Amino acid sequence: MARIFAYIVHKSGVADDTAVELPVAARKIYPEQPCTAIVTGWGADLDQVCESLRGTYREVWKIAKEPLAYPNAELIRKALQSVVPAGSILLVPHAHFGVDLSPGLSIRMNAAYVPDVLDIEGVEGEWLKAVRQEFGGQVSTHIRCNLSTGAVLNIRPGAFRPSEAAPATGQVVDKSAEVGALTSRRRYLETIAAETGDVDITRQTVLVSIGRGIGEQENVAIAEDLAEAMGAAVSCSRPVVDAKWMDRSRQVGSSGQTVRPKVYLACGISGSFQHLAGIKGSPFIVAINKNPKAPIFRVADVGVVDDILEFLPALASKVREESCVPGKRGGGHD
Amino acid sequence: MEILVCAKRVPDTSENEIQLNGAGTDIERDDMVYSVNEPDNYAVEEALQIVARTGGNVTVVTVGGEDDEEILRREMAMGATRGVLISDDTFNGSDGRGIAAVLKAFVQTEHYDLILTGVQAEDGCAQVGGMLAAMLDYPFASLVTSIEVLEGRKLKIGREIEGGSKEINAIDLPCVLSIQTGINEPRYVGMRGIRQVASVPIPTLGASDLGVEPDAVGEVAAKARRVDYFVPPAGKGADMLAGSREEVIDKMMELLKAKGGLN
Ligand SMILES: Cc1cc2nc3c(=O)[nH]c(=O)nc-3n(C[C@H](O)[C@H](O)[C@H](O)COP(=O)(O)OP(=O)(O)OC[C@H]3O[C@@H](n4cnc5c(N)ncnc54)[C@H](O)[C@@H]3O)c2cc1C
Repeated sequence: MARIFAYIVHKSGVADDTAVELPVAARKIYPEQPCTAIVTGWGADLDQVCESLRGTYREVWKIAKEPLAYPNAELIRKALQSVVPAGSILLVPHAHFGVDLSPGLSIRMNAAYVPDVLDIEGVEGEWLKAVRQEFGGQVSTHIRCNLSTGAVLNIRPGAFRPSEAAPATGQVVDKSAEVGALTSRRRYLETIAAETGDVDITRQTVLVSIGRGIGEQENVAIAEDLAEAMGAAVSCSRPVVDAKWMDRSRQVGSSGQTVRPKVYLACGISGSFQHLAGIKGSPFIVAINKNPKAPIFRVADVGVVDDILEFLPALASKVREESCVPGKRGGGHD
Repeated sequence: MEILVCAKRVPDTSENEIQLNGAGTDIERDDMVYSVNEPDNYAVEEALQIVARTGGNVTVVTVGGEDDEEILRREMAMGATRGVLISDDTFNGSDGRGIAAVLKAFVQTEHYDLILTGVQAEDGCAQVGGMLAAMLDYPFASLVTSIEVLEGRKLKIGREIEGGSKEINAIDLPCVLSIQTGINEPRYVGMRGIRQVASVPIPTLGASDLGVEPDAVGEVAAKARRVDYFVPPAGKGADMLAGSREEVIDKMMELLKAKGGLN
C-alpha cells in the first residue's frame, strides 16, 4: 500500500483550513493508513505550523530551507521530489498554490494526476475512483485513477468536512537534509496587496451580487437601483470584473473578497466553487437565474427562475412601494 | 519573440444548458454552441500585444479534430500569424498528460520563446500547461495576470493569489505561462475578419509527423480516465418560489423582511 502525504499550505505561521480536511480525504483512500503531513518553509513560522499539526497528524515532515521562506511552487516541487518516495499518493489543496505546483509535480514523479477532487469512492485494485465536476459544476464525473506509479490528487478546499478524528500526538521529523540546493528559473520578487475600492463589500449586511447574466455594462445600473432601494451594496462575480463593468474590489470569491452578509442575492451567477468560496458566515442566499439547473440553486436557500433584467427592476419597485422611508428615490416617494 | 498559444474549442457554457446524454457517457453535444475556451482567448490577445511591442510571431495550436479548425481561424482573425491543428486517432482518450505529450512533441519540432495556455478549460483541470513545462523542463507559472518583457530573455510576471493579491515574479525564457481571464481586453473579431482568413490553409499534423510515441498517448497511456458523467446530488437545494412574477415577488418580500434583507 502506497504512503499518503498531505501538503500543508500555510501563511504567517498558521496552517490553512485544508490541513484538517486532507486527512479526511486520505481516510477515504486507505482507511487504516495514517497520512503524513509535509510542511515546507523557513524560520519560526514554519516551526509554529509544524507544532500546530501534531494534533492532527502522527507524523509531520518538516522541510526548512531559506529559499522556501516564500512558497514558490517551482522550488517546492523540487523539494518534494527529493523527499516523497516513488509510488506515493500526495494530496494538495486545489487552490492558487496547488494549481501552480501539482500538474508539473505529477510529471516529475511519473504519477497520475487528478485535479479538483470533490469526493473519493474508494480503491479497487490499483484504481482509485474519484468524483470531479465539469462545466463550472453543472455536471459531475467519475474518474478512475491508476495508482500503480503513485498519484498527485488536488483536493477541493471545503469538500471534505473535518471529522472528530481521534487526536494524534504527532512527531515532527526534520527532512531538510534530504533536500539539496534549491534554485529556480522563476524568482519571487514581491506581493502586491489587493486594491481597495469605494465600497467595502466585506462589511455589508446585504449584497445584491451580479454575474455574467447581467449581460452588459449598462445593465449594472439595474442592480445598483435595486441595491439602493434595499439599502444594500452591489458585489459581483469575476466575469463582471474581467469585462471591466465593475471594480475589482467588488468581486466575491477565492481570487476576490470574502464577504459575510446576512442576505446575499445571487443574480445571474451560476455558482462556481471559486465564487462560493468567498461567501462565508452562512447568509440567507437568494438565487435568481434563468437556468433552472444552475448549480447556484443547490446551495441557495431560495431560488427564482427568471430573467434578472426583468425581475430585478420589478423587485426594486415593489421594495420602494412598501418602504415609507423618506429620501428613497422612485416609487412616488420623492 | 516567437510565441505559441495552446487553445481549445469548448462548449460555450454561457450559451448552453449542459445536459447528459441518455447513457451518461457524455454530455448532449447536438446543437451545442462551441467557442474558444475563454482564458485561451485572453492568452492569444496577450501574445498579440507582446509581439506588437517586441516583434515576432504568434502561432495558435490545438489538439483535436477537423471541427476545431474554426477556433484557429477565429484566433487568426484576431491577428495570430498561423494556426496548427494536431489531430490523430491515436490521441483519442488521452488524459492531460497525453495532450501535454503531444504538445511537447510539437514544441520540439519548432522554436518558441514563450508558450501560453489558458488557465483552465471546461473540465476545470488546469493541468496541461504545468505538465508541458515539466516535460520540456521549462519554468512555469499559473494564473498569470500581467506580463512585462525585460532585457536578457526574462519576463516580469504577475500571478493571482488568494484574496485578489498579486505575486510578482521574474521568470526566464523559454517558459510556459497559464493566462488568467481579465489580464487584458481581447479584441473583437467580426465576421469580416473571419472571412479574410477563411481560405488560409491550416496545416494538420499527426502522430508520425511529430514523432509522438504511441504508448505516450490515448486511452492506454491515460493514468486518469473519465468513466461517466452524472448529475450532481441536489444537496439541501433551494426552496424554489413558483407562481407569477408578482406572486414570487410578494413571497420574496416576506422572506427578505424576515431575514433582514431590507434596510
Ligand atoms: C483560479 C480561479 C479563480 C477564480 N476566482 C473567482 C472569484 O474569485 N470569483 C468568481 O466569481 N469567480 C472566480 N473564478 C471564475 C469562476 O470559475 C467562474 O467562471 C465564475 O464565477 C462564473 O461567473 P458567473 O457565475 O457570473 O458566470 P457564468 O458561470 O457564465 O454564469 C452566468 C449565469 O447567469 C445566468 N443568466 C444568464 N443570463 C441571465 C438572465 N438574463 N437572467 C438570469 N440569469 C441569467 C446563466 O444561466 C448562468 O447560470 C475563478 C476561476 C479560477 C480558475
